[in-house]
Parts: sequence; C-alpha cells; structure tokens
Amino acid sequence: MENLNEQNVLEEEKGIFDAKLERRSFLQFAGASAAALALVAAGCRKDRTPSPMASGVTLDFKDDTGVLNYAYALEQLEAAFYIQVASNPPAGFTATQKAYFQDVQFHEIAHREFFKKALGASAIASLEVNFSAIDFTSATSVLGAAKTFEDLGVAAYNGAGVRLNNAANLVIAGQIVSVEARHAAWVRDQISPGSFADLASLSAFGSVNANGLDGALTPDKVLGLAAPYIKTKINVINL
Amino acid sequence: MNIVNILEEIEKVDGEIYERLSPRRAAMKDFFNMGKKISLAALPLALGSMFQKAYGQTNPTSVNEVLNFALSLEYLEYHFYNHAVVAAPGLIPTGAPLTAITTIRDHEKAHVDLLVGALGANARTPLAYTDFDFTAGGTFGDVYTNYSTFLKVATAFEDTGVRAYKGQAPILKGMPVLTTALQIHSVEARHASHLRQMTAANLGVGLKPWISLGPNGISNDTGVAAADAVYAGENNTLQAGVEITGIGGVSGVTKAAAAESFDEFLTGAAVKTIANLFIVPGKRLT
Repeated sequence: MENLNEQNVLEEEKGIFDAKLERRSFLQFAGASAAALALVAAGCRKDRTPSPMASGVTLDFKDDTGVLNYAYALEQLEAAFYIQVASNPPAGFTATQKAYFQDVQFHEIAHREFFKKALGASAIASLEVNFSAIDFTSATSVLGAAKTFEDLGVAAYNGAGVRLNNAANLVIAGQIVSVEARHAAWVRDQISPGSFADLASLSAFGSVNANGLDGALTPDKVLGLAAPYIKTKINVINL
Repeated sequence: MNIVNILEEIEKVDGEIYERLSPRRAAMKDFFNMGKKISLAALPLALGSMFQKAYGQTNPTSVNEVLNFALSLEYLEYHFYNHAVVAAPGLIPTGAPLTAITTIRDHEKAHVDLLVGALGANARTPLAYTDFDFTAGGTFGDVYTNYSTFLKVATAFEDTGVRAYKGQAPILKGMPVLTTALQIHSVEARHASHLRQMTAANLGVGLKPWISLGPNGISNDTGVAAADAVYAGENNTLQAGVEITGIGGVSGVTKAAAAESFDEFLTGAAVKTIANLFIVPGKRLT
C-alpha cells in the first residue's frame, strides 16, 4: 500500500514535469531562429521518455556523467524514502520532526530533480526501491533508516568528489553534501542528542575520529550498503 | 532547459553576463554553435562550466595556500571554542551543551593537527589565542560572558567554515587531499547543524539546522545582522543554470526549500574579510 502511494506520487510528479516543460519549450523556442535551439528543445523532450525499470541501470564511471548519475541514483533513493515518511509520518513524531521531515523531503526531491535535469538524456532510469525492512509506523525505525541514508550519502559524496573532472560539478556536489551533513547531524540528534558528529560511530563509513574526519566511501562500497534498499539492478563499469 | 531565460535572468542582475561568458557580445553565437558540437545531453553541464569560468575564483591558488588558508580558519575555530571551554567558567551550561562544544573543540584541534602534519615545513606560523579578538572589535563584546552571543558567533563561524571549504574545492580537484578536505567540510556542516539547533533552543527561535531564507527572502536567516556577510548569496535558487524553485513541477520545492537544498560557497577573499574581523592587526589573513 505504501509502495503504491509512493509510485503514484512519482508518476504524478513526472506528469506535471512533462507538461510544464513542453509548454515552456514551446514558448521559449517558438521565436528563436537558430537551428541549435530547436535541437536543444528536441533533446528536452527525448529525455522525458520513461525507461523500463526491469532491465537495470548502468553507472559508467569513466567520466563525470557516471558520477553524477551515481549521485542521481542515491538522491532517488533518499527522495523516495522521505516522500513516504512525509506523506504518512509515524505517530510518535513531534510537530518539529514532522515539519523537518517535510523540509528534508523537498531538499531530496530538489537534488533528484536537479540531477535529472542536468543529466538530460544521459540520466539513468528511475530506480525501484525496496523499503520492506523499514517500519514506517515506527519513529525509531524511520529515524534509524534516515540516519543510515544521510550518513551514507555524506560518505558517498565525500568519496566521489575526487572522481569529478569538472570544477563546476565539484562545486555542486559540495553544495549538496553539506546539506546532507546538516540532515545527518539533525537526524542523529533526534536519536541520541549530541551524536551529531559522533565520528567514532562512523568508522564503517570511512571516518577517522582521531583526525576529525567524516566518512568517505568509494562507490562500490556505497552501492553495496545501499543495495538492500534498491530493487533495480545497478551495473557498475569503469570504476 | 530554458537557457535563453537563464541568461536573461542573469542579465537582470549582471548586465555584463555576456561579456563575462565571452569577451565579445557577438561571441554568444559561439555558444549556440557549441550546442551543436557537444552532446546535447551534456549542455546543462557545459553551461555550468561556462558560468564557473565567468564567476569562479580569479586568484589562482596553490594547494599549500589552500591548506594554509584552511589551517588559519581551523586555528580561529579551535581557539574560539577552547577559550570558552577552559577560560570562561559558567559560560556554557554543563551537561549536553558543554559536551557538544567540547566535541566540536576537539574536532577543530584534530583538524589543526592534521593540516599542520600535512603541510609539514610549509605550514603557516601557528596562531595563538592572543592573535584573535573574538568580540570583533566590540561587535560581540559579551561573547565570553553571554551564552546567546557565544552561540550566535559559533553558528556564524561554522556556517562560514562550510562555505570556505566549498569555495576552495576546485583548486584541489582530482587530488587525494580533496577527499580529506571534503571529510573536514562535512564535519563542519554537522557542527553548523547542531549549533543552529542549540541557538534555536537558547533563543527560542525557529532557526533550522539548514540555512533557510530570512525575513522577506533575505539571505541571512539567523537574525544577526552583523553576520550578513556570512550568509551573502545563501538565498540563491539557481544552480548551474537550473532554477530549483518548483523544479520538476513539484510545488513543495518552494523558494525557501530551493535555497535550503543547496549550500553556497564563498570565495577565499570573502572568507578572509569575515575572518579578519576576529583577528588582531598584524596577524590578519592576506
């Protein structure tokens, strides 16, 4: 039931996105003469074609596109999780927790949609998630999962930054990872006040407590840890 | 993908956008031609790279300079917290608050030691507590006697630190030391998140763990006008040429959510200006 809701929300968003873009594209480029613009508009429509989920997706780490798609995959996972939490929060949540989970939901949707738009036709398909291990009626279960997703997200961005060749992409990744770290710290404080930067507890994610360093993991490690939550097969090449 | 719109929007606030992107206005034709040559899918990314060239750091900086710059900021943070913990009795309530500030102090010390070790003989002259003026010439005169003031300054320092590391990242591109810098950067963001919660609880205000919009959409959400420079541009919602507000047709991504979802970087020069407010003459960063 929960999963169905999740799918509906995703479908609905996609529909609105398509409609708006096509109208925009038309208004934007109707008066333009350059052939290049028409090509760009065509490109916009092409990348909206829904892709089948069953065949799996491939992350090709040979260049920045692969790294950005990797980030897109993780943001899809986070967004799907928070959409489900925010639409039906556990009864045990405080008013502030409900409000902030709404906030986080929209941050993750913004990240997901940013990558989708920036990647255009190079974007991987939508991932199918598997949250069967999470009890969405339990505040404890939801907070625990949120902590995992946020700490893992931070370690993922920290570990992937060095793979980016384009400085602008690196800045964008930096702009996102610090927001994920803010989420992580807040979620941790909900579970155990004062644990916002308990680096000793993050050693499995590559932190070094003695040096005051947060987690950092290579994509293969991150995807391994995220695998239980993702149904879609993710192929990794050129890592 | 409304590129024309993006350029027009930027032109409203920066009339010289076309000159920045290319020295000749007519050269915008080159840009449209480029669209034909490169993969269309990669266009938004290429666009991001164009903006980076136009607005990126102008002062070239070596790796050692970046690390010494970071070291200066870590000295500032370390001495700020350390003095509060060891030399301002009663300032920070014992229990959770003192434990948290001590944790943060310890991380800043670890960062100092790490950077000093990494720089070796190239490390800058150490900065001592007496090299700083944490009242900023009296702006925060009661910083070590008024817990609220202390928290406000701490929040500003951490949010500045996050922005500072972000701004230097491109100089470390592709190097192993970048990963280390990112691992420090996200710890500073965790600190900022927690200090914002401490500040919110202490002042009884709705300050969020993430940087949101201030009243009437201003970039400073802390209510501390003296910290305006720390938050300059944090109300930006246009990322790499993509407008985040309402992205994907999701109305819940309001202007506030869009601003919150991406932190902004600060240039080295902007960070130095902020840091120098707290550093005594003769020791200031150049």
